[in-house]
Amino acid sequence: MSENHINISTNQPFNYCLHLADNSLIMGHRLSEWTGHGPMLEQDIAISNIALDLIGQSRNFYQYAAQLKGEGTTEDSLAYLREANEFKNILLVELPNGDWAKTILKLFFFSTYQYYLYQKLINSSDKQLSAIAEKSLKEVTYHLRWSSEWVIRLGDGTEESNKRIKNALDELWAYTGEMFLPSTYETEYAENNIGVDVSSIKIDWDKKVNEIFEEATLPSPNGEGLGVRSFGKEGNHTQHLQAILKDMQYLQRAYPGCEW
Amino acid sequence: MPVQQLEKIFDDKLEKEIRIEPRDWMPDNYRKNLIRMIGQHAHSEIVGMLPEGEWITRAPSLRRKATLLAKVQDEAGHGLYLYAAAETMGISREEMNDQLLTGKAKYSSIFNYPTLTWADIGAIGWLVDGAAIMNQVPLCRTSYGPYARAMIRVCKEESFHQRQGFEILLTLCRGSKEQKEMAQDALNRWWWPSLMMFGPNDDNSPHTAQSMKWKIKRFTNDELRQKFVDICTDQAKVLGLTIPDPDLKWNEEKKQYDFGKINWDEFWNVVNGNGPCNKERIAARIKAHEDGKWVREAAEAYASKKKNVKAA
Ligand SMILES: [Fe+2]
Ligand SMILES: [Fe+2]
Repeated sequence: MSENHINISTNQPFNYCLHLADNSLIMGHRLSEWTGHGPMLEQDIAISNIALDLIGQSRNFYQYAAQLKGEGTTEDSLAYLREANEFKNILLVELPNGDWAKTILKLFFFSTYQYYLYQKLINSSDKQLSAIAEKSLKEVTYHLRWSSEWVIRLGDGTEESNKRIKNALDELWAYTGEMFLPSTYETEYAENNIGVDVSSIKIDWDKKVNEIFEEATLPSPNGEGLGVRSFGKEGNHTQHLQAILKDMQYLQRAYPGCEW
Repeated sequence: MPVQQLEKIFDDKLEKEIRIEPRDWMPDNYRKNLIRMIGQHAHSEIVGMLPEGEWITRAPSLRRKATLLAKVQDEAGHGLYLYAAAETMGISREEMNDQLLTGKAKYSSIFNYPTLTWADIGAIGWLVDGAAIMNQVPLCRTSYGPYARAMIRVCKEESFHQRQGFEILLTLCRGSKEQKEMAQDALNRWWWPSLMMFGPNDDNSPHTAQSMKWKIKRFTNDELRQKFVDICTDQAKVLGLTIPDPDLKWNEEKKQYDFGKINWDEFWNVVNGNGPCNKERIAARIKAHEDGKWVREAAEAYASKKKNVKAA
């Protein structure tokens, strides 16, 4: 514990940890909006399951971040009492679900990203991050398989499903670039061997996306997503995140200081 | 085999507590009655996801969020087991779903009430899942095998839900003045509808006598309701909440609580579609069904393409 303490005073991956937590929480929160409204009962259960996994991952990261911060910080104070501009998730995860095609494609892009990210994060010099990554990777492996299967099914299903997933691609592609553009804290922790250099996983990500798109009879997406700097990671969000937080944080804000 | 002989075999099985299985002969009305009952039960699980589902995005802590999400997901699982049990009696899921969406099949009226505050999530767990357990534990011994087996799996999870609900209320009751008021308000609104979950009084319940004879039901509506009142009254004391019934008092002679008259007009009104949320609930199910149509079609089209490739 004390030894650990010396380490973190110089290299606390607090922001990095929050970024990973926020990604999982906001994605999980979005997916949970499907619960009770899925296109078939089995898939309602499956998507709720993935939402649960992601919320579980976020809790692991938040708890670790809270421990790093100290001063009475908890997983809930981090999730429920920060403003939108303090959230560090990528914009992709805060976008509205749209139809099943858009949700699936968003999850597929995100799961592919998490899959390669966690594979590398396992090697982090930070034991906690490494342990969370290892546990999460098992879940994400399933998320990636499930969402890949759906991308293929929709791409190679009916004319309508093919059209819908192409529309989803048009809407989402621009947001994929942010995943591989490191924020200041990602650069910092990648250099310290605590975090992952996200630009290094782009090749694998592209390969996977192309492989699944080919099987789905979808055209290979091209062009870089979104400009030269990262947005959500640095706290610059769309109005959608505010709407999410307004709902999510409402009780904690309305009744400050209560136990629930 | 002549019908009389088949009936005798069936009656003997009931007598000896041997489960009736899908391939066994059974009277038409037994089948019809069970299809109605299991279907209603399955629909209740599915529609029941809606009022609580509304609070997943607003749950006040990450732990509560995860538990609520898991709970609502469990209910979907219950619906799935139950639809599968009903299918063994020769009705398809599409047909059952159609009956729900067109209003031909009923579901538990309790889900036609709104969830107004977070305390409602506690009250639903405690009272609604609690009443469900009371109804369902005897169904683990119901005479139809697939239904009984589905109930065993379901009951385990329901008692978990019930404890979680109670724990939500306990936390609120130990919290601030506003939180406790929130809990009391939820109890005020959910208490009577929960008592109605056991169905009409015995002298007014058309199916009960026959269902008891067939050993589908093991206790009457009023017997189960009484048990529920007795248990909940004691639990309310632990919470420090007041059950909204001025006539509720201990009857030393009967060793049970006497309680006030249920407003059956309200009950029938909600059953007949005029509850606060009937239209909203069915509209949500219809929307999910219609929005999902192209997804199901795509999945089917893809599956048959793959099958053809394999065959070729
Ligand atoms: Fe249930
Ligand atoms: Fe339940």
